[in-house]
Amino acid sequence: MKHLLDFQGWTRAEVESLLDTARVMAEVLERPVKKVPALQGFTVATVFFEPSTRTRLSFELAARRMSADVVSFAAATSSLQKGESYKDTLLTLEAMGVDAYVIRADAAGVPHQATRWVRGAVINGGDGRRAHPTQALLDAYTLLEALGGLEGKKIAIVGDILHSRVARSNAELLPLLGAEVWGAGPPALLPQSLPGVRLTPRLDEALAEADAVMVLRLQKERMEAGLVNLEDYIAHYQVTEARLKKAKPEAPLLHPGPMNRDVELEGTLADSARSLVNRQVHNGVAVRMAVLYHLLVGRER
Amino acid sequence: MRFKAELMNAEEMRRALYRIAHEVVEAGKGVEDLVLVGIHTRGIPLAERIARYIREFEGKEVPVGVLDITLYRDDLSEIGVRPQVRQTRIPFDLTGKAVVLVDDVLYTGRTARAALDALMDLGRPKRIYLAVLIDRGHRELPIRADFVGKNVPTAKNEVVKVKLAEVDGEDRVELWEKEAA
Repeated sequence: MKHLLDFQGWTRAEVESLLDTARVMAEVLERPVKKVPALQGFTVATVFFEPSTRTRLSFELAARRMSADVVSFAAATSSLQKGESYKDTLLTLEAMGVDAYVIRADAAGVPHQATRWVRGAVINGGDGRRAHPTQALLDAYTLLEALGGLEGKKIAIVGDILHSRVARSNAELLPLLGAEVWGAGPPALLPQSLPGVRLTPRLDEALAEADAVMVLRLQKERMEAGLVNLEDYIAHYQVTEARLKKAKPEAPLLHPGPMNRDVELEGTLADSARSLVNRQVHNGVAVRMAVLYHLLVGRER
Repeated sequence: MRFKAELMNAEEMRRALYRIAHEVVEAGKGVEDLVLVGIHTRGIPLAERIARYIREFEGKEVPVGVLDITLYRDDLSEIGVRPQVRQTRIPFDLTGKAVVLVDDVLYTGRTARAALDALMDLGRPKRIYLAVLIDRGHRELPIRADFVGKNVPTAKNEVVKVKLAEVDGEDRVELWEKEAA
């Protein structure tokens, strides 16, 4: 694999190989010295044209754990403010000798475009509503850890599916690993269709006998004003203790963050033993170490 | 590749490993604080066999760990094919222990160097030994083995193939020659 933009064209074997590498990286993170020299001599740039906490920090930590040099670009404090284009920003980094670019953008397709501008590996750190592949990989890793396998497991994704790149990437990835994926949300927040996912406006149907539940944030920054009424949403779609009774007992809860407590998820559930939210963040570093290893080692420089 | 010679048969391998097991115990003045760490792939069954022989004649268990050195290789930034990484499993503290690193073939010394770096990140052993079934020469680093099954002078265009029952279905060491390009 030359870039990680989405999962189009990926095979199950390729995904499993990457997740196997992530398990090795997870062991590295348990050691007294949580660092290996594997990517010494490589430079990784995090290029975030849109705000981020988890993804950027996680990638930077992953790169440093592998001994790569890291340069970090944040739009708010950059020459973008002076009118510099995305392309010129990336070409500037290219001139400095960057080997891998982790790119986040509010517009879909920017990471794809970047592959035409730079020679290094491009990793999609989230582009608009389109894809967030490393989030889906860490979700899959966390689900496999919790459930032991995904073959035939029912995974319910609940919330703002229409605007969610996390839902789209999981829709591509989880069925590849044998999972049956359902999506539930108010009609206004459901896409017309989502390949690989059974969409329903009936939350109970999606939750029925679910092995795990993934809760999504209402993405107000990508929504037309007035698309949903918050009280209505909470009344009908908030994942609560009572509604979770439909799912399998102990079905774990996932959330990609950032979380709006007591909106998409009852606050007490977020802190309950069922919540794997912090585990997802923890696993994110190992998964991203694996992504960097797979993209950079063996690559023609 | 062309087969040239058998360097060791199953019986010779057993004797060599049995001798190494005795030498390890002698060097360590017993098995107190002694641990074995096998380097992926064939160092692992070799370490397990040495531990089994020590149990037979000493009546004591020596812990065995598994080490993958891929992430410590010195050629990852220039290599053409990405090597698969495998699990390291050392379920005991290395600090203060006498560690015997076990591998099948000692050649350039780069694997042993990587293994030393990896061990240092996992703890602070009081002593590290290196045990190999075959030393074929051509060192590129100042590294030597403490325990050797057999020294085999080789040419650089030759390949030493160690076959172990646990991995390959038989115990045997072969010398092969690469065809001239």
